[in-house]
Amino acid sequence: MRSRGISEDTAVVLKRETAEETPAENGTALASPGGALMQSGSQRLMNKTDLRKRFRLNEFLAEKLVTSIAFISLATIVMIFIFVFREAAPIFFQEEPGPQTMEAQPQEEQETYGEEFLGDASKNLDAGQDRSTSVETAGGEGHASLANLASTTWQPVSGEPKYGMVPLVVGSIKVTMLAILIAAPVAILAALFTSSFAPKWSKEILKPAIEILAGFPSVVIGFFALVTMATLMQEFFGYQYRLNAFVGGVAMSLAVIPIIFTVSEDAITAIPRYMTEASLALGATKWQTALFVTLPAATPGVFAAVLLGFGRAFGETMIVLMATGNAALVSASLFEPVRTMSATIGAEMAEVVFGDTHYNVLFMLGSILFIFTFALNALAEVFIRQRLLKRFRGL
Amino acid sequence: MKLQRKLIGTSVVSLTAIAAFSIIAMVVFVMWTIVAGAWGTISWEFLFSPPTEGMTEGGIFPAIVGTVLLVVIMSVAGVPVGTVTAVYLSEYASQRSLLARSIRFAVNTLAGVPAIVFGLFGLGFFVQFVGSGMDNLLTDGVELRWAQPNILWASMTMALLTLPVVIVSVEEAIKTVPQDLRAASLALGATKWQTIWKVVLPNSITGILTGGILAVSRGAGEVAPILFTGAAYFLPHLPTSVSDQFMELGYHVYIMSTQSTNVDATKGIQYATTLVLLLLTFMLNFSAIFLRSRIRALKAR
Repeated sequence: MRSRGISEDTAVVLKRETAEETPAENGTALASPGGALMQSGSQRLMNKTDLRKRFRLNEFLAEKLVTSIAFISLATIVMIFIFVFREAAPIFFQEEPGPQTMEAQPQEEQETYGEEFLGDASKNLDAGQDRSTSVETAGGEGHASLANLASTTWQPVSGEPKYGMVPLVVGSIKVTMLAILIAAPVAILAALFTSSFAPKWSKEILKPAIEILAGFPSVVIGFFALVTMATLMQEFFGYQYRLNAFVGGVAMSLAVIPIIFTVSEDAITAIPRYMTEASLALGATKWQTALFVTLPAATPGVFAAVLLGFGRAFGETMIVLMATGNAALVSASLFEPVRTMSATIGAEMAEVVFGDTHYNVLFMLGSILFIFTFALNALAEVFIRQRLLKRFRGL
Repeated sequence: MKLQRKLIGTSVVSLTAIAAFSIIAMVVFVMWTIVAGAWGTISWEFLFSPPTEGMTEGGIFPAIVGTVLLVVIMSVAGVPVGTVTAVYLSEYASQRSLLARSIRFAVNTLAGVPAIVFGLFGLGFFVQFVGSGMDNLLTDGVELRWAQPNILWASMTMALLTLPVVIVSVEEAIKTVPQDLRAASLALGATKWQTIWKVVLPNSITGILTGGILAVSRGAGEVAPILFTGAAYFLPHLPTSVSDQFMELGYHVYIMSTQSTNVDATKGIQYATTLVLLLLTFMLNFSAIFLRSRIRALKAR
C-alpha cells in the first residue's frame, strides 16, 4: 500500500515534469529529490529546441484529438435530443395542417403484427379502408391538435386521422407494471438467495444462467413469447385472445430479471461484512440476518435496480411488438391485447411519409420515451453508486 | 416458538431458492424449445443458401452476411471512438472537470436510451439529415442514394448504441495497467502520448477486445434500431455497397414470425434462424466473459 502511494507520487512529479511548458517551471520540478539525473537529459532536450517543439506539438494535437473524440458521446446525447425533438416539434408549432401527402398504404400492415383481429381493431381497419375515398381531409382533423393527442382513439391511417395517445400510454404502463411486478420479486429473492443462502454449486449454475438470460436478444424472447409461450398460457388460463398484455408482461419480465438481479446482487454484496457478522454474533439466524439486516441495508441499490428495470421495460420494443397483439385498446383487463408506445413506433415508422403529421406524432412518442427513460436513469443514478452502475452497464 | 421460527426460516430460504431455480428452469425451457424447434431444419445447406419460394423454403445466407457486415462496419466505427473516449476519461481528464463529468454522464445516459429511440435518431439524423446533405452535395439532389435507409446508416446507429459498452469495458482494462508502468515510461523520457500509445494501450488490448466483442454481441441481437434505418424484408442479392439495404438475422426472425405469408409452414425456418442468432450471441458473450475473467485475474495479481 505504502510503496504504491510513493510510486504514484513519483508519477505525479514525473508527469508534471514532462508536461511543463516553460523552462522556468521545469527548473522547479527538477528541484525535487532525484531530479539530478534528469537534469542533464532535459537540458539536452532544451538545447535541441526544434526537436522539443515538435514533441510538444504532437502532444498538444494528441490531447486535443482525444478530447474531441471523447466529446462524441456528449454530442450524441445532445443530438438525440435535438433531432428527435426537431421531428416532433411541428405538432406544436404548425397550426395549419400540411398538405395531405399520405399515400395509399396497405392497411393490413398496421394490425398484423400480432395475429389477432378483434373488436375495435377491426373497426379501425374498416375506418381505414374507406380512407382512400375520402382523402379531402383539409379540415382540422388532419393535424394533431393537443385535444386530438389526448383523445382515446389511435387511428393514424384513416380519413380522419386520430392520434389519441392515451391507449398507447396505458398499454405501455400496463405491460411495464406487469413485467416489474413479476420480475422484481423473483430477481430480488434470487439475488438474496445467491448472496446469503446459496451453496457454492448452485451459485455456479445460477450466475451463468443469468448471464445467458441477459445475453438473449430481445427478438428471441419476443419470438419465444409469440410462438410458444402465448399458446401454452392460453391453454392454461383459457382467456380469449392469444396475444395480450399478460403475455407481453411475462415475456418482458424475462428481459428485466437479469438487470434487477445483477444490480441488486451487487448492492447486497456491497454491504459491509461487519453488519451481517454483528447480526449473526447477536444470535440472529441466517435468514433473519438476510431479511432484517442485509436487505434493508441494500434498499437504495435494490430500488435503483427496479428503476433501471422499469426503464428497460418501458423502452423495450421487439418483445411488445411481437407478443402483445398490438391493438390500441383502453381497458382495465390484463388479458386483452394492448399496443405500447415503443411498438407503435416500431410498427408504423417504416410506412409513414416523411414530414407527415403521423411521422411527427411518432417522433413525439419517441421523445416521450426518451424523456421518461432519461429521468428514470438519472433517478436511479441518485440511488446507486457509480461503481455498481458501471458493472451493470459493462454486462 | 422455536419450531415456528424454524418453519419461517425454512420457508424464507426455500422461497428464495424457488425464485432462483425458476429463473434457471425458464432459461433451460427457452433454450430447449428453440433447439427442439430448429432440430429438423438446421443444416449446412440452411446456413449457406438464400431463401426461396417467397421465403417459405431455403436458407438464411443473406441474413447471415448482412449481420456480419453490420457488425463489422459498426465495430470499425465504434470501437476506436469508444477506446479513445475511455483513454480520455482515464488518462487525460481530471475527474472533477466539468467536461469529464458531463461526458461520463452522457455515456451513462446513452446506455439507458431505448433502442427504438436510437432508431428514430438514425432516421432523423443519418438518413434525413446527413444522407440528404450528401445527396445534395454529391449529385445536386438529383439522385436518391444516401438519403434512404442503408447498411451504412444502420451500422452508424448501432455503433452509437454500443458505444457505452466499449467505453466501460476499455476503461476497466486501462485501470488495471499498473501505475508503475506509466511512471517507468515517463521516467525514461517518454511523453504522455507515447506512454499511452506504447504502454497503456498495448497492456489493455484484452479489454479493448472484450469491449468490441460485447458490442458485436449486442449489435447482432438488437433489431429495433435497424427497423427503419436499413434492414430489408427480402433481397434477391447480397449488398454490394454501403448504400445498399441488407437482411439481418434478428429482423428475419421478426419478419418471418409476424408477417410471413404462411406462418405455420415456416415454423422450422423461424426456430432455426432464432437458434443461429442465439448461438452467435452466445459464442461472442462467452469469449467476452473468458477474456474478462483473464483481465480480472491479472488485476488480482
